Amino acid sequence: MANKPTAQAPGVKGWIEYRLPIFSFIDNSLGSKYPAPRNLNYWWNFGSLAGICLVMQILTGLFLTMHYVPHTSLAFDSVERIMREVNFGWLLRYMHAVGASMFFIVVYIHISRGLYYGSYKAPREILWWLGLVIFLLMMATAFLGYVLPWGQMSFWGATVITNLFSAIPGIGEPIVHWLWGGFSVENPTLNRFYSLHFLLPFVIVGVVVLHIWALHIHGSNNPLGIDVKTPQDTVPFHPYYTYKDFFGFGVFLIFMFSFVFFAPNVLGHPDNYIPANPLVTPPHIVPEWYFLPFYAILRATPDIGIPLTSIVFMDAKLAGVIAMFGSIMILFALPWIDRSPVRSGDFRPLFKPLYWLFIVNMFFLGWLGAMPADGIYVIMGRVAMTIYFGYFVALWFLSKNEKTLPLPRSISDAVLTKPAAAH
Amino acid sequence: MKKTIRITATTLAFLSLTAAAAYAAGDYKPARSVEWPFKGVFGTVDEQAAQRGFQVYKEVCAACHGLKRIAFRNLADIGFTEAEIKALAATYQIKDGPNEEGEMFERPGKPSDYFPSPFANENQARATHNGAYPLDLSLIVKARDNGANYLYSLLTGYVPAPADVTLGAGMHYNPYFPGKALAMAAPLSDGQVAYQDGTQASIDQMARDVTIFLQWAAEPEMEERKQMGIKVLFFLAVFTGFMFVAYRRLWSNLH
Repeated sequence: MANKPTAQAPGVKGWIEYRLPIFSFIDNSLGSKYPAPRNLNYWWNFGSLAGICLVMQILTGLFLTMHYVPHTSLAFDSVERIMREVNFGWLLRYMHAVGASMFFIVVYIHISRGLYYGSYKAPREILWWLGLVIFLLMMATAFLGYVLPWGQMSFWGATVITNLFSAIPGIGEPIVHWLWGGFSVENPTLNRFYSLHFLLPFVIVGVVVLHIWALHIHGSNNPLGIDVKTPQDTVPFHPYYTYKDFFGFGVFLIFMFSFVFFAPNVLGHPDNYIPANPLVTPPHIVPEWYFLPFYAILRATPDIGIPLTSIVFMDAKLAGVIAMFGSIMILFALPWIDRSPVRSGDFRPLFKPLYWLFIVNMFFLGWLGAMPADGIYVIMGRVAMTIYFGYFVALWFLSKNEKTLPLPRSISDAVLTKPAAAH
Repeated sequence: MKKTIRITATTLAFLSLTAAAAYAAGDYKPARSVEWPFKGVFGTVDEQAAQRGFQVYKEVCAACHGLKRIAFRNLADIGFTEAEIKALAATYQIKDGPNEEGEMFERPGKPSDYFPSPFANENQARATHNGAYPLDLSLIVKARDNGANYLYSLLTGYVPAPADVTLGAGMHYNPYFPGKALAMAAPLSDGQVAYQDGTQASIDQMARDVTIFLQWAAEPEMEERKQMGIKVLFFLAVFTGFMFVAYRRLWSNLH
């Protein structure tokens, strides 16, 4: 970093570069001087896609803030004003609302790719942590943003989620009142949610910078999960991956704008077009789809106590909150839970079915989160929750003794000897 | 990998189907499906039907239901002329003020005014409607699951209550309404409005027309949105195609 340039190159570019080496910085970060493994498949497109999503959310959000009014008696009307009166306001708002869902789709795929190819393993543990921090910040931001239109689901979602903190023994209730800024979800709540919804995306940008910094230290993992050994194993990021990423952007934008223009509300809930009413509780309070798996874990958790007696150590509400947060927190420990030295799932015959069980179970949990919390759904929820946490237990034991398939000698060896087998 | 993707996709499709089924199993009949002219990628607002629907709203619904997010000038979207809109607006009395003496006053409406609410406030609405609050209809199609079909089914779905159902005082039976009992009596009857274009004003026709009108009221941007969408997707398809060719060509040098 502190390398002082020796000589100034001719021209304006040279003049700037001598004073601020911005051009070589870009070239080293995502240009021709950044070597990337030559065998990355399409699942590696989702990191840059997540970056595009973040930029789109910040830009559309910025213009929405110019018209939105964070007051309980005006918020809903101001959103409708954006939809009806502001030039292309409907486009801004639908891009922002659909964009949030798209961001989560992209990030869920990005995380799933990391899980399968062992991208969380040494030396990328901190990279993995930073990704999880971004994920948590995204969840907070999305929740705050969903409250702003001040529809029925906004209000009741905010009420349910903030009430989770009341499960904390002793200080729960004061914490909830402190979060609300009052004794219920009211105008002070909306004001602070708006303020934080504006702030957090920039915190995300900061953590993304750290995430990319950490990525650049050891470079991308790859589908074989083996380290880059020689320059033959790599290609320059630009033009090879910039072109591939632009193709990915195109596919992604087609997907996203199909929703924006032709089905902008299918990912939302119709109740949010009813203005918030603290006196009328909707029959089913459902969070946005991307929270459903975790919502299912929250609701499936029973009282913790001695079975067949009335002894309860921890009531279901607190246990549920711990299980829900724990379901994400456990991912921070994943680099040590998975003890196999082999990264890629392609070479792990026992890990592979376990992984797919985990993924399918995740969809199952999401489905359960949208169902009413009674009868058979509670039992199914407990089974699915057991599978969720069971994955980590099973992985701990399985990874120690798993007989893995032989790894190729190098990336270039694998790619050049059987090119047909690549992606 | 391909196989697992297929399995995942099938599982997803199955789950979403069962989810829809579980939702639909509530205490009401699922809405009947209508082929609406506004559906689909090329869907448009049928102006003729929307104008008839406006007549139904004005002569029937407006007695109890507001439409506060629509201004008279917006009706130009569904083909009313400027003169028609001016004349229509002038038939409404709009509360304005205060004037220089500090008094509130009423004046004839202008195209820039919004449809006035039929009540002074919610309490007055409830007092005159047996405790029920007739909703504002500006967003009703978006505020209900499967909104257009639901609205149409509700308006055409009034039947006498089955023998085993006892209704509360002032309640009416409609199998499409969640809970099946609602305070609104069947609002439409055959020939209730005299359509200017000579269309037969059957209950079914009026329900279709007013649904088309209220769908427009909920999403006035719909036509513009879909037309822009077609252009944007066409551009993106070409862009993506070019990027794919460029990417493959570039990479073909490597092997």
